[in-house]
Amino acid sequence: MSTSSEALPQRHRRDIDPYRLGRGYGAPGYGGGGRDLPTGRGEGGPASKRVIVGFGFWVFLLSDIVMFSAFFAAHAVLQTATAGGPSGRDLFDPSRVALETAFLLASSFTCGMSAVASSVRNQLWTQVSLLVTGILGACFLALEAYEFTQMIHTGAGPETSAFLSSFFAVVGLHGCHVTAGLLWLGTMMAQVFVKGFRPNIQRRLLCFNLFWHTLDIIWVALFTIVYLIGEGR
Amino acid sequence: MLGKLTWDAIPWSQPIPLVAGGVVLLALLAVIAWVIVRGYLPYLWRDWITSVDHKRIGVMYILLGVVMLLRGFIDALMMRSQQAIAFNAPGYLPPEHYNQIFSAHGTIMIFFAAMPIVIGLMNFVVPLQLGVRDVAFPTLNSTSFWLTATGALLVNVSLVVGEFARTGWLPYPPLSETQYLPGVGVDYYLWSLQISGVGTLLTGVNFVTTILKIRAPGMGYFRMTIFCWTALASSLLIVAAFPVLTATLGMLLLDRYLDFHFFTNTAGGNMMMFVNLIWVWGHPEVYILVLPAFGVFSEIFSTFSGKPLFGYRSMVMATLFICVVSFMVWLHHFFTMGAGADVNAAFGIATSVIAVGTGVKVYNWIFTMYGGRIRFATPMLWAMGFIVTFVIGGMTGVLLAVPPADFMLHNSLFLVAHFHNVIIGGVLFAGFAALTYWFPKAFGFRLHEGWGKAAFWLGLIGFYVTFIPLYAAGLQGMTRRLQHYDVAAWRPWMLVAVLGVLILLAGAVCQVAQLVVSILHRDELRDEIGDPWNGRSLEWATSSPPPPFNFAVLPNVHGEEPYWEIKRRAIESAHLTPEPEYEDIEMPRNSPTGVITAFFATMTGFAAIWHIWWMVVLGIVAAYVVFVWFAWRDVDEYVIPAAEVARLDRERRGARQAWLDAHARAEEPA
Repeated sequence: MSTSSEALPQRHRRDIDPYRLGRGYGAPGYGGGGRDLPTGRGEGGPASKRVIVGFGFWVFLLSDIVMFSAFFAAHAVLQTATAGGPSGRDLFDPSRVALETAFLLASSFTCGMSAVASSVRNQLWTQVSLLVTGILGACFLALEAYEFTQMIHTGAGPETSAFLSSFFAVVGLHGCHVTAGLLWLGTMMAQVFVKGFRPNIQRRLLCFNLFWHTLDIIWVALFTIVYLIGEGR
Repeated sequence: MLGKLTWDAIPWSQPIPLVAGGVVLLALLAVIAWVIVRGYLPYLWRDWITSVDHKRIGVMYILLGVVMLLRGFIDALMMRSQQAIAFNAPGYLPPEHYNQIFSAHGTIMIFFAAMPIVIGLMNFVVPLQLGVRDVAFPTLNSTSFWLTATGALLVNVSLVVGEFARTGWLPYPPLSETQYLPGVGVDYYLWSLQISGVGTLLTGVNFVTTILKIRAPGMGYFRMTIFCWTALASSLLIVAAFPVLTATLGMLLLDRYLDFHFFTNTAGGNMMMFVNLIWVWGHPEVYILVLPAFGVFSEIFSTFSGKPLFGYRSMVMATLFICVVSFMVWLHHFFTMGAGADVNAAFGIATSVIAVGTGVKVYNWIFTMYGGRIRFATPMLWAMGFIVTFVIGGMTGVLLAVPPADFMLHNSLFLVAHFHNVIIGGVLFAGFAALTYWFPKAFGFRLHEGWGKAAFWLGLIGFYVTFIPLYAAGLQGMTRRLQHYDVAAWRPWMLVAVLGVLILLAGAVCQVAQLVVSILHRDELRDEIGDPWNGRSLEWATSSPPPPFNFAVLPNVHGEEPYWEIKRRAIESAHLTPEPEYEDIEMPRNSPTGVITAFFATMTGFAAIWHIWWMVVLGIVAAYVVFVWFAWRDVDEYVIPAAEVARLDRERRGARQAWLDAHARAEEPA
């Protein structure tokens, strides 16, 4: 029995896997280049454009994660500095946070769907799954905005205590990233619609996917450190 | 309508900043008028401002760095002269002005002089040494440069519109909070660093990607030059450290603008957290600057000793060791915080250990010279001056790493002397050495040796005469940043130091004279073949200045020092390798994205400093529009036809073959 990728059904072949950078990314048009894209490792000469863009964007995302880690560290230091004001236990609503989490995780799933759809160059399903991703992201943002306004109205705004300052900063920073992501998403939908699946558009979709999933990873950390641990303080 | 901005923002009553600002403004207007009248504007726009060529961006970075170096040096002259006369006297600089000067001096020297020079060198040299045509993201590279320039512009605007921070180069709270400094000084500092910090971060991302993903065929990691290795380490540090700076300054901005309580001394804020966070960035920053400097010296020692670098692999290991350990020593900047003996001991030991990596490097450089045929050209003089100076600075650093000693010397002039010792002796000497070394590659002619050597000797002697007295005054208890003092024992040292800074001024004059004289005599100093120093790495394989595409055909690398091997073969056979098949070359097209982004960044930053909110919104919206407009561009490359590539490369080959023939004739026994 053969174990090579040729033995698998067409749509399971590894060379249409959008997360497999570099070698074997399929025919021209799947992000540019031929069958054996150079990866830039070792002595093989410059990498293909797709590898360069994907790798570079990952490095940027790592820097973004470092920035978040500084805010997480600040929050860890200030989590108990309530200055006589309300603590996480008084303020957080676990069911709303669970709903926010569900929206965001679901949007990551639909974002993955859009990657599959764009890798087979299906305009309709790419647009539909991107649109659903955007709607889920907007629902998440709406819930977060509701939480923020409610807290500020009950006198638990960022000026109340160092704990609330760091809470609004780290959660708000994530919210700003989601907002920027939504702007990017809308731009990408327009670009895919007007320009189709050109190699450079495919590369941008790859970067957008990486970005959106990273926001999910950060939210998981945020959910744990800010909300779950904060609930116990 | 204009937020806090009124006519009172201009310091009408303070003659020094007013006159200085007026002169700078007039000079700037004169330069712009001259450019327009002579019709250079289209050339500047096409070939420089919108260029995405890494070599031109590198040159612009270095130009920015050198101009800001002079600006920061003027601050230094003012501080040294103030301390020379302000013994039992007020001096000529009032305290609030003096405080702005030392804050601006530190900020400008680190962020807008040292960083642009180091990043400019990386830009110019790394793709050439890797044997490739450009960096990973050329347009992003141009944007990085223009964002850095934006930061520099905002700092200089603060000279005439408003004020600069009075906090020192790191705005420690609670002094930097609105409660104590409600003016715009700290805001100028914060916004200019936030904007230029984004530029630096993107440079880091760009160079990590370039070095790890774009190298000539055969250029494995252990065939890269040490300069490329140090550029990689420095870029990795940028990616890991600069986001922390952005986050920390962001928190301070939230404190100042939206009444948050990260670092206030009320409502549970924690001001020591600022000090911790800022040094988590700040200590790696030291190595971001000095590692590429080590790379420059590695190239120079090997070239001017006529030998391969001693201990190449240990050099790589030492670089990466420093890269990692640089994140484990930050607390030595504030042993006096009171973290306790155990914590202080751990950080003290880590600080002493990091010196081992540098020690390995120093021995490698010395052993590279040992047994070599040393040529005492200007770059080599700077390199040898560096070894002595940097070892002294390193020794005083290890001394400061001992917590009990640090308790005595903390915040004294001893500390000030120490970090000037390593930054001037390390980064600045490397900048001057690199400028002389790679200038012919960038412009096609060498710099004048006589003026270069004069600049070196005045720079070296001036450095010692300025800073050894500061060590002494520091040991006698003189703290830093004193606007006036009344201890007679410190006075003589201040008088010697002002003499030293005048020698440094003479050195600076020689540097400028060197540039002017070299430009006037450029025909005699012409570098015809592109290899003026008998170099060993790939940048010397192409012509001077290199064509836009750097290499007509990407070189095939078979070992360390690839160009030395090519040259040796060519000399042995008295012939170049056969002419390659030339092909069309695709190069990235020019783009005004960078300069337009910087325009809106300047506008947004200035508006945020003065609380002009409509302009902030306008700037952000406009930036997004530019982003989408750029994303809609379809053609982002142009083609250089094979015939043009062939013509340029045949010119280069002709010059080299002529040299080979002359060389063969000279070697022939008579």
